[in-house]
Amino acid sequence: MKRAKDIHENSPWQDLTPGGEIYEPATSLLFNTGDWRTQTPVFLEDKCKQCLLCVPYCPDSAIPVKDGKRGEFDLMHCKGCGICITACPFDAIVWKEAE
Amino acid sequence: MAHLDRLSGNEAVAVAMRQIDPDVMGAFPITPSTEIPQYFAQYVADGLVHTELVTVESEHSSMSVCMGAAAAGGRAISATSSAGLALMYELLYVAASSRLPIVLAVSTRALSGPININNDHSDAMGARDAGWIQIYAENNQEVYDNYVQAFPIAETPEVRLPVMICQDGFITSHAVENIELLEDEEVKGFVGEYNPEHYLLNSREPLAVGPYDVTHYYMEHKKQEAEAMKNAKAAILEQARRFEALTGRKYGFFEEYRMEDAEEAIVVIGSTAGTAKATVDMLRAEGRKVGLVKVRVFRPFPGEELARALKHCRAVAVMDKSEGFSACGGPLFAETRSALYDLESRPKLINIVYGLGGRDVSTKDIAAVYDRLHHLAQTGQVGEVYTHMGVREEV
Repeated sequence: MKRAKDIHENSPWQDLTPGGEIYEPATSLLFNTGDWRTQTPVFLEDKCKQCLLCVPYCPDSAIPVKDGKRGEFDLMHCKGCGICITACPFDAIVWKEAE
Repeated sequence: MAHLDRLSGNEAVAVAMRQIDPDVMGAFPITPSTEIPQYFAQYVADGLVHTELVTVESEHSSMSVCMGAAAAGGRAISATSSAGLALMYELLYVAASSRLPIVLAVSTRALSGPININNDHSDAMGARDAGWIQIYAENNQEVYDNYVQAFPIAETPEVRLPVMICQDGFITSHAVENIELLEDEEVKGFVGEYNPEHYLLNSREPLAVGPYDVTHYYMEHKKQEAEAMKNAKAAILEQARRFEALTGRKYGFFEEYRMEDAEEAIVVIGSTAGTAKATVDMLRAEGRKVGLVKVRVFRPFPGEELARALKHCRAVAVMDKSEGFSACGGPLFAETRSALYDLESRPKLINIVYGLGGRDVSTKDIAAVYDRLHHLAQTGQVGEVYTHMGVREEV
């Protein structure tokens, strides 16, 4: 069985699965789509009330929650859409200054 | 044991479908293939098959149904013609690149416009580069035989590509001929159980089919698909061998008719081959060294084999029942001429576009082609390479 972790950008065509089929779940965890991002959100922990409104609004599940509290952005998957910035009632998320 | 029956080409395909008893049919009517889902719906209603018949609102959906069913692990079928095949266009590529072994019966018909419901090959030829295996029939017996062989070819693990089983709309789809049918058990035995390695309904293995393919992988997947199409050649011959063992009827990539010492030959696809064979017999009786190659498998294209079959000829006419608008000949001509390029010495070649929109072709028309080839072979003067048979024109 070919596993996603063994397939990479230098794999020869013989090592890929037919039609790009994937035989396991959650392989998006292995794939950096955060590099499509042009703007980056910054989490201001001291302003955050942990209301968690930002979490369901995030289209990419890029805001991890542990023990009822959100943590730092998963920048490997955040596309920088900014929806969380609009959703936050406490201005606890802002755009990063130009990189 | 086999038994005789008299069936139209469409009914012959429907009978083969009943004997195979596939899991799902995506069904939508269009002339001249409409009878296929019509007959098959009766089999479903009569409880003769276990197939889930999904009646949809368009051919885009009938092919989508097939893709979902095939990805789920089932055998999926559909039938269509002309504009219906055109409406499947997007899905044809997805089905092939997702490596789904669907079987599609095509009763070929002109693809508008001007609107026309009669036979030519412009619909199937328009889909020739979609990644589907294409097998064409001369008559009702052949379309039945080809259909029975389709799933084992499509499902060969090294192939995993969908197959189009093409016949000439109306000419064979609606003409009733005597044909020899296999018994149901023989067909089921030949086609066998389908046990795909990966399928969506497998609860033990999560599976994603058709995921987004980024630039770093797309070309490698296209290379895989191209290799699968090359592998299809061996699979087609293997199933032909099994089929011959079962029925005594022999199939290959093409049929060579009286080609042994032929100096002038026609290359043709489909029912016109029957007319051309009668012409060959007529001219052979007069001592003319004429022959015929009837192409059965157009995808994968048997280029090397075809070149070997034609290399001894002095002059060859490639007959295209579709107008590719390349301004230098039809698709069969382009492929055939390309296949001959690697020969040390090759026959003179001409292209004749014929029979568009149901224009009839008689033995007299074919004899005129052989006369032209004879003149060409004698004089070495090719003249106009790309011409249209029987078109009225002021001269």
